[in-house]
Amino acid sequence: MDCCTPTSSVAIAEAPVESSGSPSNGSRSRTGRIRTIALIGPPNCGKSTLFNRLTGMRQKVANYPGVTVEHHSGTMKSFGRPDLTLIDLPGIYSLATYSEDARVAVDVLKGNMHGVPAPDAVLLVLDCMHLNRQLMLAAPILSLGLPTLVLLNMSDLLEARGGKIDSLALAHELGHPVALISAAKGTGMDLIRNFLQQFGEFPLTRPGSARLPILQSPASCRKWASQVSTRSQFEEPDSPLWTRRLDAVLLHRIWGPIIFVVVVVAVFQVVFSIGQPLSDGMGNVLTHAGAWASNALPDNWIRALLRDGVWNGVQAVLVFLPQILLLFLFIGILEDSGYLARAALIADRVMRAIGLNGKAFIPLLSAYACAVPAIMATRTIENKRERMATILIAPFMTCSARLPIYTLIIAAFIPDRYILGHILGLRASVMLGLYALGFLAALVTARLLNSRVMKASSAPFVLELPQYRWPTPRSLVLRLYDRGKLFTKKAGTIILACTFVVWLLSVLPVHGGNFSALSSSVIAHIGRFIAPVLHPLGFDWKIGIGLLSSIVAREVIVGTLGTLYGVDPATHAASLQTALHHDLTMGGAIALVVFFAFAMQCTSTLAIVRRETNSWKWPAIQFAYMTVVAYVGALVTNQLFLHFF
Amino acid sequence: MALSDMRVGQSGILEAVELPEKVSDHLAHLGFLPGANVEVLRRAPAGDPTVYRIDGVEVALRKETARHITVELAAAAGTR
Repeated sequence: MDCCTPTSSVAIAEAPVESSGSPSNGSRSRTGRIRTIALIGPPNCGKSTLFNRLTGMRQKVANYPGVTVEHHSGTMKSFGRPDLTLIDLPGIYSLATYSEDARVAVDVLKGNMHGVPAPDAVLLVLDCMHLNRQLMLAAPILSLGLPTLVLLNMSDLLEARGGKIDSLALAHELGHPVALISAAKGTGMDLIRNFLQQFGEFPLTRPGSARLPILQSPASCRKWASQVSTRSQFEEPDSPLWTRRLDAVLLHRIWGPIIFVVVVVAVFQVVFSIGQPLSDGMGNVLTHAGAWASNALPDNWIRALLRDGVWNGVQAVLVFLPQILLLFLFIGILEDSGYLARAALIADRVMRAIGLNGKAFIPLLSAYACAVPAIMATRTIENKRERMATILIAPFMTCSARLPIYTLIIAAFIPDRYILGHILGLRASVMLGLYALGFLAALVTARLLNSRVMKASSAPFVLELPQYRWPTPRSLVLRLYDRGKLFTKKAGTIILACTFVVWLLSVLPVHGGNFSALSSSVIAHIGRFIAPVLHPLGFDWKIGIGLLSSIVAREVIVGTLGTLYGVDPATHAASLQTALHHDLTMGGAIALVVFFAFAMQCTSTLAIVRRETNSWKWPAIQFAYMTVVAYVGALVTNQLFLHFF
Repeated sequence: MALSDMRVGQSGILEAVELPEKVSDHLAHLGFLPGANVEVLRRAPAGDPTVYRIDGVEVALRKETARHITVELAAAAGTR
């Protein structure tokens, strides 16, 4: 892949020799070749774009041990240096270790992070549009004494907007080489290549400049940064005219909210009208492929294992992909263009009422399609506690996987007539009620979390409004690839394992070489065992089995009930809708959908929560909490029906 | 006066940030330092948060945060 446009107009500004006349020989001296390079910079400096450009598709994403901070690394093969590994550190303002992000950065830079090699060189990325402020990070980074190339990103924009910087003077001030680049356009990449080449060849004994402020108070850093940028002839660019003009409309008192609603509705319209059929189509194709393949196999336990144990799991993973990718495409466009921050600003007032901030709005909205991309999208919420709260309440939103059981029960039990004259259909209002119920549960949970968990942190809502930019297809594609891979690989394995276990429980024990029928399997025994607990809810053991099997995914219950009633001589001739009347009263039926409104019947979500929080603690708490709420909700519903109707 | 009391279009010089160290440190790295020039750009459609221009960057703060930041109002003629 071609990634670099060579520019000969700007040369690497080499640091003059005299600035390195500080005590140096005793410090780190590196004689070998460099292998590991750390990429660091403040938030919004374009670091990720540069990382993508330097590593291309060869990225690895993992979590650092014990923290929720992600560890991105990749070889620079597409940059022509397959021998080098680039580590992308989290965006931070300083090395003050209040935040998990900064702690991780410090540990990696000092070589104290387990499993991550100490970096041999550093690429420090700064947005040169806001050099005064961005330079504040340079002091603590450069004083680490590692060979560092300072990259002034967005230099194309600086020039276009009438700003100026003397990179040679800046290199002189910092005692480190400085290069003007544009990560988005790909200019200046040869300068990075030169730097890496140069340090690969001779010993590295480049000390930090003695003039860097040792004091790391923000005020002293800032004073130093201003002095340095003044001495480097830095001239601020003109204020971004188009951003001002766009904001005058997009944040307008009347037009702002209207455009916001239109954008949100349009995104959802597309996700549902394109994503849902895509997911369904994918499901159909996979089902047919599975059926076709299993016909080709001999009828034995291996076939059953492959078809019901493994293939169903693969299917459960892949049917989510179209919706996830589509949602991420839109979230990516919103984020890269700069509109996401404006949306957060508009939504903040509403979100505050439930104790969250505006940044939680888009993730929670996405949860109406699927909780998985919603939880992945919470990464835009920097505040860890609010992010956790958003992750915890997102699965209460009525996702599309709840719709099969909702429509089945509503079609079977709710008469098709109108209430309130001829305005509202009874069926539609029950459906609406279920949506409201989920939202209410999220609201109450958020309130609860706010009073219990969040009280301790009074982290304020601070929102930086970036300038509007055109999203680049390259970065959108990379993001989709990244998220898609993450979901299928990390979540997929857990989902597959769970599907397999549920399948195993539904065919064991083995009698004379044959699997058990569902009604005499282990899972049926468990279903009968828990039946007394479910009785007050109005559920019998068949519904119990349905609930157990749907722990894999909510929609599975429809299939399971179909199988169960299909083999039962009393009901096998009837349709599933009529068969359900055999076992469920009206109270039990409504209790069942209420149960589904609250319960965490989704391994994909559990897997992604485990992945995003890097611990089993949160998914476990979430599962337990939601199951209890679901049980109580269903119990109350059924008892109300028993006593009042 | 408090930053939150400034009207849209007004600008001033930041005097002090009276918030817990963790918060003021974060704000300091966004440019909220004594002596910085701050301008009230616009309010969110719901009236809060408010967008401030400080140090060449646009940052939105809620009233509950801006209340704890004091500024000296620039001369009525307007410096910008």
